[in-house]
Amino acid sequence: MNVAMVLDMAADGLGDRRAVGDLTYAQVRSKARAVAARLRGMVPPVTSMASLLPNGDHLPVALFGACWAGVSYAPLNFRLPEATQSDLLARLAPAARFAQEWMNDGADGDDQAPFVDEPERPAVLLFTSGTSAAPKAAVLRHDNLTAYLFNTLEFGSAGEDEAALVAVPPFHIAGVAAVLSSTYVGRRIVPMARFDADDWLELAAAESITHAFVVPTMLARIVAVLADDPGRRPPALRSLAYGGARMPLPVIERALELLPDVEFVNAYGLTETSSTVAVLGPDDHRAAIASSDPNVRRRLESCGRAVPGVEFRIVDGEVWIRGDQVGGGYVGIESQVDADGWLHTGDQGVLDDEGYLWVLGRADDTIIRGGENISPAEIEDALMRHPDVAAAAAVGLPDTEWGEKVAAMVVPRGVGQSFDADQLRDWARQQLGSIKAPEVIVPAGELPLTATGKVLRRVVREQLLER
Amino acid sequence: MDLKAGTRLRSAVDEAEVIVVKAPGGNVDLRAGGHPMVPVGEDRPDGASAEPGFDKGCLLGKRYVDESGELEILCTKAGTASLSVGSEPLEIKEAKPLPSSD
Repeated sequence: MNVAMVLDMAADGLGDRRAVGDLTYAQVRSKARAVAARLRGMVPPVTSMASLLPNGDHLPVALFGACWAGVSYAPLNFRLPEATQSDLLARLAPAARFAQEWMNDGADGDDQAPFVDEPERPAVLLFTSGTSAAPKAAVLRHDNLTAYLFNTLEFGSAGEDEAALVAVPPFHIAGVAAVLSSTYVGRRIVPMARFDADDWLELAAAESITHAFVVPTMLARIVAVLADDPGRRPPALRSLAYGGARMPLPVIERALELLPDVEFVNAYGLTETSSTVAVLGPDDHRAAIASSDPNVRRRLESCGRAVPGVEFRIVDGEVWIRGDQVGGGYVGIESQVDADGWLHTGDQGVLDDEGYLWVLGRADDTIIRGGENISPAEIEDALMRHPDVAAAAAVGLPDTEWGEKVAAMVVPRGVGQSFDADQLRDWARQQLGSIKAPEVIVPAGELPLTATGKVLRRVVREQLLER
Repeated sequence: MDLKAGTRLRSAVDEAEVIVVKAPGGNVDLRAGGHPMVPVGEDRPDGASAEPGFDKGCLLGKRYVDESGELEILCTKAGTASLSVGSEPLEIKEAKPLPSSD
């Protein structure tokens, strides 16, 4: 079924409630229908609709508008260098590009056309960096996303006073899930274009925010501000969910101390699983922080237990996930789901007798900086395009602010040659953007390699840490 | 009628609409108010009204299941008549909503 059904239900059943900004669910539906009419009228026809806008009131209109038309919604990372953006847009072709002006349509709600009943196209395409240099477009089908909503939420269950602050970027699965979940339960969303801890706290107070999702880097910064000035606690905040990367223990412990009345939820999920597949709930947090039993306390570092409709297995240390919300497909690449429906995640994990899951790290070498997955290969390829660079290996090093920071070991071109590390860092920033550019660049005579010529990243990491 | 996930049906006796979330294979005699439901987009019979005893309602956003659990439907537009398979009423599937995670 089409996820546009979710907006249709909200508009029919909760029509007068505010959905976002000044718009009610009924008004969001009018505007989404107008977007759908525009997309359907395009010549030649389009199969997807990209969006390069930061978070704003258009979010539900863009997402549901594309779905309404049966066109895939593809939010792209607007921080990427322009050349990369063009490349991704070309891969989505034939694609439309959502424009802010489209929000002016549909004020009178004259287009009553129903949504496409059984869309051929996937609902959402999200580019992940994966382990290869070329970003892969993960496919989330309508049925994956509706399974997530139906299994984990109750329609219309939010109170009329509830409001969710959406600070994760729109091209992150958590940003997509926030729009869908909030619409299904009837919770107003407050999109935030660019995260800053001070602004977040100010907005949370001004908008009487009751619910929010943050990645660990965001929480670390919020905690830092609150530690200096506990009076800035958001007065209406009830629930704070976090995920996207491993949460450093000192950060969550501090957050629990500083926000004693807030319910904390750790959500583990992947782009490929339509967001959350495991949850560590408020009771687990309270029990863990109050306990002196190390076995109970270490639950604070776990992801909790599987949500309804989802199963876990650990096979050779790797987390496998199965359930209707698991997509696992990529555009132009064979599905990552095996014949029995299991997604092999590439995450290393442990499951205890009560079903609590601990994720220990990526089995592959993806660098996770502030919730952003970064492919080492992409960084290495970019560095090696510099005339002074012969070889490069990129790894993630522990970082208190970002979880991991990008570091690179670089072999200069030509024996006895050297290069200017500062100049190379600036150059890399232009090529890759500030998120992916290495913060640390260290010259080396050669890279540690396996017999078959593969870079030993573990050794690279050790050598960079020893410096 | 053969049902499959995603099939949308409307009541013949009121404004209720449902979507099939999960269906057993083969023929299912899905009714609202004791009258067979009609695919959305098709005409419904004139003048039908709910049979006595089939007036418990179809609540927006609630999921309904049969005894076996093999049939699951979601009410997408509310109505006053009860849902049933033949004369066996469907029951509301009690949800255990999770804490908000996104």
